[in-house]
Amino acid sequence: MSNAEQMKRRDFLKNSALASGAFLVPAFLKPFEALAQGETSSYKNLVVIQLSGGNDGLNTVIPFGNDIYYQKRSSIAINKTDIIGLNDMQGLNPSLSSLKEIYDQGWMTVINSVGYPNPDRSHFRSMDIWQTASDSNQFLTTGWIGRYLDSNCQTCRTPYTAIEVDDTLSLAMKGATMKGIAVQDPGKLFQETREPFFKSLVHAHNSEHLNEDNLGYLYKTMIETYSSADYIQQTSKTYAVKAEYPNTQLGNQLKTVSKFINSGLKTRVYYVSLGGFDTHVRQQDQQSRQLKICGDAVAAFIKDLKQSGKLDETLVMTFSEFGRRVEQNASNGTDHGTANNVFLFGGKLKKAGIYNDAPDLSDLDNGDLKYQIDFRDVYATLLDKWLDMNNSQVLTKSFKGLDFISGVE
Amino acid sequence: MDDLKQVKHLHARAGFGLRFEDLKKAEHTSIKKAVKHLFSASEKSSDIGIVQSNPDYMMAMKADADTKKMLLQQQRQQEKDLNLNWINQMIATDAVLREKMTLFWNNHFACRTNNAFYAQQLNNIQRSNALGNFRDLTIQVSKSPAMLQFLNNQQNHKNHPNENFARELMELFTLGRGNYTELDVKESARAFTGWGFDKEGQFVMRQNQHDDGQKTFLGKTGTFAGEDIINIILEQKQTAHFICNKLYKYLVNETPDQSCVNAMADVFYNGNYEIKPLLEFVFTSDWFYDDHNVGNLIKSPIELIVGLSRQFYITYPRPETLLEFQRTLGQVLLNPPNVAGWPGGRNWIDSSSLMYRLKIPSLVLDGGLIDFAGKADPEDEAYLATVRNRQTAVNTRVQTQVDWDKFLKSIPGHLSNIEIAQFLLEPRLNSTIQNTVSANTDIKTMAIELVSTPEYQLC
Repeated sequence: MSNAEQMKRRDFLKNSALASGAFLVPAFLKPFEALAQGETSSYKNLVVIQLSGGNDGLNTVIPFGNDIYYQKRSSIAINKTDIIGLNDMQGLNPSLSSLKEIYDQGWMTVINSVGYPNPDRSHFRSMDIWQTASDSNQFLTTGWIGRYLDSNCQTCRTPYTAIEVDDTLSLAMKGATMKGIAVQDPGKLFQETREPFFKSLVHAHNSEHLNEDNLGYLYKTMIETYSSADYIQQTSKTYAVKAEYPNTQLGNQLKTVSKFINSGLKTRVYYVSLGGFDTHVRQQDQQSRQLKICGDAVAAFIKDLKQSGKLDETLVMTFSEFGRRVEQNASNGTDHGTANNVFLFGGKLKKAGIYNDAPDLSDLDNGDLKYQIDFRDVYATLLDKWLDMNNSQVLTKSFKGLDFISGVE
Repeated sequence: MDDLKQVKHLHARAGFGLRFEDLKKAEHTSIKKAVKHLFSASEKSSDIGIVQSNPDYMMAMKADADTKKMLLQQQRQQEKDLNLNWINQMIATDAVLREKMTLFWNNHFACRTNNAFYAQQLNNIQRSNALGNFRDLTIQVSKSPAMLQFLNNQQNHKNHPNENFARELMELFTLGRGNYTELDVKESARAFTGWGFDKEGQFVMRQNQHDDGQKTFLGKTGTFAGEDIINIILEQKQTAHFICNKLYKYLVNETPDQSCVNAMADVFYNGNYEIKPLLEFVFTSDWFYDDHNVGNLIKSPIELIVGLSRQFYITYPRPETLLEFQRTLGQVLLNPPNVAGWPGGRNWIDSSSLMYRLKIPSLVLDGGLIDFAGKADPEDEAYLATVRNRQTAVNTRVQTQVDWDKFLKSIPGHLSNIEIAQFLLEPRLNSTIQNTVSANTDIKTMAIELVSTPEYQLC
């Protein structure tokens, strides 16, 4: 499809969404809708994939060129011959075979040894730190994407600026004044908000409800949910995903994200999760299963976006709350560790492939990898160069950022 | 404000809301008497004892796979039992103030542990001291296995101090950030070296791991032990202020009025950190009943579920329902997000959690149906018909039992619909709700509608 054709198609979708939206939206909500409709249609999207439980990074991108790896993991190391080599030091777990093609196309970057100072090995706490982008001894009550919404940038004034494809909303998506919206199934959300009694409350709203107090906040949230559910449903139903996705939960979630992106939804951040990475016992089977789910779903998603011409406007990041210890345990598993790799996918990567040196397995901190890159430098890059934001507005201080994507062209 | 309104406000904040059955008594009571009654009803503290054994994890580490699996199952079951036991105690108890304050201290001294026995122990410490003395409470919490484990004090040794506990003690439990130095953290961590627990869950002081050297802490020098550190912290009036500020936000208003907080801190500090006189002071102060302090706090999920269950005499033959609600609304009892606890307030509310909060009352009370009394358009009729078809399925899933008879009989006959509505909701009724109320003839339908509003989220 040529660029011009794409533009036309996008305009058509945009206009049809506008038309159907306008028809259904109650009059008093129109100013709110208009705000969103009037903005530009060329959106850069960020898709965050959270791998919960602490994925073992060393058996994901395997440092097969380092003998220490095989010494420390006598029964759970991946055979050299099975590994999908990326360079002469590191290679992918065979369960990620579907990512090979993506990698070869230059649509994937691996950042090694991402972590933070004084790492916490508790799942909850470390996930908290990643979601709020705090220091390890700091407790923040808002998430980093939530604070991005709070910044009140031109394109982040509605809850659907950030969508989590799930039933409930993660802390990462909650700001102090703005929050993203959780949508597992746009049709279902729409149905739920159409409860006649709620409708009557929404329609009858008047100035007395919309004060700055908590009651006003509740009504405002209710009205925004009502309006967002309508917008998301009316817009996303204009596009049917044709690509095949694996029939897994993550596959279905990414398929929904594809529907949202391709229908022209004015959303900038999508958030999905996959659990099951806490592999203390018999790691090989369990991790292979989860990695395959992840790799297959991501590969399908990336190819789908390439096909529909949206890959250049999309950046995908995967992360896990921590990696695992270098040495395996006695149950053919691994225990909670520290630094880990982060993957990035997209059509506009400045540095595809392996971004930095493989983790140093000889210089450990009490048996754990030392981090080389602060995860907030990854976030800073996304904020500065992809979401058009000054990272210090969202993070607790200013981070220098990395060079895996280019800034504004 | 008339007396009844005040008593209602008092119970909304000091308990889980007034029930219609309490109304008869409350109608002719002065605030002073009502406060007195609150305390006398909470005089006794009933420990939770559902978790009877302390699983031996040392044994578990060495056990074979099947034993490990069994122990893991047992651990999960105990966590579940403890959670349900506590929430059901809140629903059933007459000692509402004690439970409400236990909830406060549980979130103040927030702790996560996989060991339900330790969690129960800590919870009982928080309950038995809920209206007692803050010094006793702090010392007992600091010596509890749950907290010692959670904040790594088991790893705090003479030559390898672990500062985690000392830091959180000051940052989150007593002084608040900015009122101590990094050096104070280091020095006080040394005073807590050797504090640990044995496998029976008893506090032990391991002398050989204790650093009995000289420490300089908050300007004082001595061979301090842990208790000395806590005493020095409590000598700082900042500690009284920090706790009162947090308590004000829990009981009065999320935006603290510094003159009120200062007055509270005076009472607390001069009263040697006794909690009861502090609460009496709050509940008998005029400012507590100011209009702008009424009906403006967002109920936590637990307060919402407990209040609803108490008002409508709901029982949960399928206990998982209570756990599912907690998960969906973002507050699983005894599982705070981190040592700072749940932030509360608007943090509870996002698009999805609000929709669930509005929907849960009807799920519990009538299989998901909110019979719409207003003017329904054809689309609405179709919607309502679907919900009606699904009612049985919903009932099978949530399996709640509501004692409607008891509820309806408890409503004094002389109350008008508007008065009933105003009783159920803390904020003032707006015109839409007034219209809803007058359109209704059936009290049951009306009640379900009222508790399905944004207004019902407030107390």
